[in-house]
Amino acid sequence: MSDAHTGHEDAAPGYVRPEGEAPEAALSTYLIGLGLATLLTVVSFFIARTTLVWQPSIPVALAVLAVAQMGIHLVFFLHITTGPDNANNVLALAFGVLIVLLVIIGSMWIIGHLNHNMMPMDRIMRMQG
Amino acid sequence: MFGKLTWQAIPFDQPIPLCAGGLVIVIILAVLAYIALKGWLPYLWREWITSVDHKRIGIMYTLLAMVMLLRGFVDALMMRSQQALAFRSDGYLPPEHYDQIFSAHGTLMIFFVAMPFVIGLMNFVMPLQLGIRDVAFPTLNSVSFWLTATGALLINVSLVVGEFARTGWLPFPPLSEIRYSPGVGVDYYLWSLQISGVGTLLTGVNFVTTILKLHAPGMTYMRMPMFCWTSLASSLLIVAAFPVLTATLAMLLLDRYLGFHFFTNEAGGNIMMFMNLIWVWGHPEVYILILPAFGIYSEVVSTFSSKPLFGYRSMVMATLVICILAFSVWLHHFFTMGAGADVNAIFGIASMVIAVPTGVKVFNWLFTMYGGRVVFSTPMMFSLGFMVTFVIGGMTGVLLAVPPADFVLHNSVFLVAHFHNVIIGGVLFGAFAGYYYWFPKAFGFRLHENLGKAAFWCWIIGFYVAFMPLYVLGLMGMTRRMQHYDVAEWHPWLLIAGLGALIILTGIVLQVVQLIVSIRHRAELRDLTGDPWNGSTLEWATTSPPPAFNFAVLPRIRPNDMFREVKEHARQQASLVDPAAYTDIEMPRNSATGFVCAFFATFMGFALIWHIWWLAIAGAVGAYITFVVFAWRDRTEEVIPAIEVARISRGAAA
Amino acid sequence: MSGAEATAGGVHAAHPAAGHVRDALVSKRIVVGYGFWIFLLSDIVMFSAFFASYQVLVNETAGGPSGRDLFDISNTAIETACLLLSSFTCGIASIGAQAHRGTWFYGAMTVTFLLGLAFIGLEAHEFAGLVAQGAGPTRSAFLSAFFTLVGCHGLHVSGGLLWLLTMMAQVFFKGYRPDILRRMLCFSLFWHALDIIWVGLFSIVYLMGVAS
Repeated sequence: MSDAHTGHEDAAPGYVRPEGEAPEAALSTYLIGLGLATLLTVVSFFIARTTLVWQPSIPVALAVLAVAQMGIHLVFFLHITTGPDNANNVLALAFGVLIVLLVIIGSMWIIGHLNHNMMPMDRIMRMQG
Repeated sequence: MFGKLTWQAIPFDQPIPLCAGGLVIVIILAVLAYIALKGWLPYLWREWITSVDHKRIGIMYTLLAMVMLLRGFVDALMMRSQQALAFRSDGYLPPEHYDQIFSAHGTLMIFFVAMPFVIGLMNFVMPLQLGIRDVAFPTLNSVSFWLTATGALLINVSLVVGEFARTGWLPFPPLSEIRYSPGVGVDYYLWSLQISGVGTLLTGVNFVTTILKLHAPGMTYMRMPMFCWTSLASSLLIVAAFPVLTATLAMLLLDRYLGFHFFTNEAGGNIMMFMNLIWVWGHPEVYILILPAFGIYSEVVSTFSSKPLFGYRSMVMATLVICILAFSVWLHHFFTMGAGADVNAIFGIASMVIAVPTGVKVFNWLFTMYGGRVVFSTPMMFSLGFMVTFVIGGMTGVLLAVPPADFVLHNSVFLVAHFHNVIIGGVLFGAFAGYYYWFPKAFGFRLHENLGKAAFWCWIIGFYVAFMPLYVLGLMGMTRRMQHYDVAEWHPWLLIAGLGALIILTGIVLQVVQLIVSIRHRAELRDLTGDPWNGSTLEWATTSPPPAFNFAVLPRIRPNDMFREVKEHARQQASLVDPAAYTDIEMPRNSATGFVCAFFATFMGFALIWHIWWLAIAGAVGAYITFVVFAWRDRTEEVIPAIEVARISRGAAA
Repeated sequence: MSGAEATAGGVHAAHPAAGHVRDALVSKRIVVGYGFWIFLLSDIVMFSAFFASYQVLVNETAGGPSGRDLFDISNTAIETACLLLSSFTCGIASIGAQAHRGTWFYGAMTVTFLLGLAFIGLEAHEFAGLVAQGAGPTRSAFLSAFFTLVGCHGLHVSGGLLWLLTMMAQVFFKGYRPDILRRMLCFSLFWHALDIIWVGLFSIVYLMGVAS
């Protein structure tokens, strides 16, 4: 195996094809990514402390902003796109996301039920007292 | 200076582990002395220990598995005999000892027999079937093996220095917390699995990359052998599940070593979270074990029915469905923990659904055999034995998947019978089938056939005699892991179960004898064609054993090649190649990285267990430096010049 | 036991003969990049297990302080800025490495290192402060989970800093060799992934922790 391209195969994740372009040109992707990520970060921090937003919506808003920013990172910094040369990378990512969701949401759901049904006596007493 | 380690760690006052440990040490020293005196050490170092060849590593994994099978089986014999004897008596194993034995039995069998066995077979066969020269990351492969060996070593050291865990093969808190298990036993378990877990995870990464990115020209996804598909699914599960094991064991380690409160009784710890997370790993784990076995059966049944596998596309779909669904059923391991009917119902239904793709596979194997010319070779016998045995075990699994039934049967010996049914009938028989099937490819001579068949019959009869009584006992209310009991109705069944264990022992002895006899008679049993079974996949187009580079010319698969044409075409390509067409082949260089890294990891693990902090740090630093040294090398590949390639290929063809 | 084969033996080329291995199919860069991508996904699954524990234990303060009592959001904001900027400069460094431009590479890597070091410094300071006020990881399950989750990320960042220095040393001593560039690709994947994980961490642990 060498590093030579045969031109038609998949892209490695994170790899920006040089295509003879000067480094300054590749810079723009990173600048846009930085700008968007900064914007989302600032909005997140603002939302967490403000009283201007309907309070119960804050966790959802933070989650949405977080997911959006992760997407920005993936596209602009990691160059994960939806092109055919990226199919394997996207599939792997989708698989990973599925597992993460199953583990986190599954655990929260299960433990929530378990905690409710199996609450230790001292906590029941404390709740009643 | 030595942390908690004192001379008291050696069990001078317990005759059984002392003698067993002493015997093992004597055997190991004798073997090492024999090897050294025969002058084999340089050969072993050069050709095996530092090898990054997937074939060598696969063989070493399989050897590790088989040796650990002996140790795990001794534990099983002890448990069966204790239970046969301990009716209104204490038997011969005190509880502290008995608890360690069943914990070691489970831990060894799952992590150091079943896993290495399937990983070894995948390692050896998969690159050959894909028509390539090695896996994606050969040195990482070596590191994975040696880290697994480190884990096995640590568990075995616990027999002689210190103690093992008494918690069962999954260390449930609060028993496994420092307050209730203050000794080193649980720490042996935890560090051994953390270290070997790294190895296994890296194997998963390695195999996924290999199967998805490296393959012979023309080998599209839908032309891959079934064994490669199941290896892919199993490796994806490894990548997805093992990190959860690492995290969960790390949390328990933090509780034990640094006083954290993840799973403690006080300060808000949630014990149930451990069970939840460990089974998030634990359920996919059993699919990691069974999927490669399913792949082996697909290969064996097709070859020994002289027919292409029936329903290839549906097999692929079934495999991928199992892979995804494996992550949706884990709660069925703790229906009784109290999540309630809603949660239990969802997971119960999911657990029943996952039986469907397995059923699809069983039907496809049956349809493969139908109308074929079935040859009852040893691998085929194991496959047929599997079909009956695994289906029974699967059905008891579906029964257990019904939450109300599980409330009666959870943690009874019914459960024990179920999982042995599927693991022995499924994983172990598959591993044996693979071992018999690919042995000639690996070593150049076949195994003695009649001894193999005799071993098979002992295994299958022994299995039924040992475990069917356990189903009955479970329905009669016997709990698992009992050290003694006083229910008269149980006693005869436990005696029968003990007899079954002895029949299995006969089977194992026959397998050992078979190996010795086959090596002695290897000249007569020699495989000269490279294709003793008339298989259809690419590994049968190579010599037995294959050269280091597998294929002098990478096979090209034409889109219209059917069944055996893939293999035959590859053969033709190899033999018609004109001498001038051979090119130099670059192969990855051998490396001591794996062995040296594992060496440091062993010391680090041992030191962490015994709280010898300076040694732990030294081990960690050593392991890091090993990696840096590896990263610093300039020459990563050896070139085998075209002349040498031609000589080997011509010599083999002659 | 083994048949005829040629391993190392005495056959060494002066240097590996690249280019006339005509059955090369897929570039090493793609294989290594994909393999590391898979490894990263496994690492993210490990973080998700710690995340799950955190979410389950977040209210188990055992009568002690909760996130709202303890978290200093302005500190978190500075940490976030450092890590985000370091992700950007890491991108510059990989462009520099690809283009073999020393100033871009060494300059950007140094800035990345300093920003990462600042992040670790701030986090270590935060942890020390928490321990000092009796809110260490042994105080409650919530704090155990917090220290483990955030600490695991911090350990990864620290490991990354060590790797960063090793990469700079490798380029310095050996130049922009293909295998070193592949490692640089892996490093930048790693560094960006750490920032992605941090996005989750600051949003769910810190910001949701203090949101009323």
